[in-house]
Amino acid sequence: MPKVKGYIEIDQERCKGCGLCIKACPTKVIDFSESFNSKGYHPAEAKYLDRCIACGFCYRMCPDVCITVYREE
Amino acid sequence: MKKLLYKMPESLSGKEFTYCPGCHHGIVHRLIAEVIDELGIREKTLVVAPIGCSVFAYQFFNMDGTIAAHGRAPAVATGMKRARPDLYVFTYQGDGDLAAIGTAEIMHAANRGEKVTTIFINNAIYGMTGGQMAPTTLLGMKTTTTPYGRDAQKDGYPMHMCEFLKEAKGVAYLARTKVTTPQDVEKTKKAIKKAFLAQVKGIGFGLVEVLSTCPTNWGMDPISAMKWLEENMIPEYPLGVFIDKVGDEK
Repeated sequence: MPKVKGYIEIDQERCKGCGLCIKACPTKVIDFSESFNSKGYHPAEAKYLDRCIACGFCYRMCPDVCITVYREE
Repeated sequence: MKKLLYKMPESLSGKEFTYCPGCHHGIVHRLIAEVIDELGIREKTLVVAPIGCSVFAYQFFNMDGTIAAHGRAPAVATGMKRARPDLYVFTYQGDGDLAAIGTAEIMHAANRGEKVTTIFINNAIYGMTGGQMAPTTLLGMKTTTTPYGRDAQKDGYPMHMCEFLKEAKGVAYLARTKVTTPQDVEKTKKAIKKAFLAQVKGIGFGLVEVLSTCPTNWGMDPISAMKWLEENMIPEYPLGVFIDKVGDEK
């Protein structure tokens, strides 16, 4: 089976840094950013995008609908 | 070439949610919006917001709506639906709204079999007012009004709305779910879809109770709050489908 390659975009200004996406991600793509957003939170950041498999778990768990998921074709 | 898989549903207005970090309200808002998109009824749907944290729900959904007086959302929804039977009406209520001050309204709306849908968020505490005891608070749970834990002798027992409502003849769909894992989120989405289908098909009243966290008032971080929910709320409020007269999703 060919490996599916995914790509996610996180709206870091909207993110409140709750970490639910980080817990949900099965391949550990996401981690907290070192920088702050304008609300003062450490937002989620897609640090290891090469591991993304476009499963959409982060999108499903995000309570602030910050994440957009794509599949590379 | 990138293929878009998941993005913000059209039925959400895009306005930033006013909820605390990690609050499950946002997940459930998104699920409702996705279901309405899938059913293609956004232009014909009305939202009734409650009093509570989700008081601004009518701003977050990209559709017409109003706020009802505390607990009276099912009564307002009844009026809307009876005046305009061609539209679809849903209420979005918390446990302080639905299970405390609004118990009469929800019981009678369900018993009359009003063709409206109710999404009930149960986080076992009053969120907006600062963490007071709700009827759904667990025994022994500490809140600002039960600082030594809820005592059954003094404060009564946790209220099980689904178990009460399953006796009502007018209910077409009744389920209790949670949204702590992606799999549960998908199950909740199916339940919400069926609750809406009960209305779209004209069968009767639909209600989905979603167990939710309140990290701020429980005094936990969002991840431990989800663990606390799994360990403490699930034994008290067992998940499941209580009534399903909708049948197949088609």
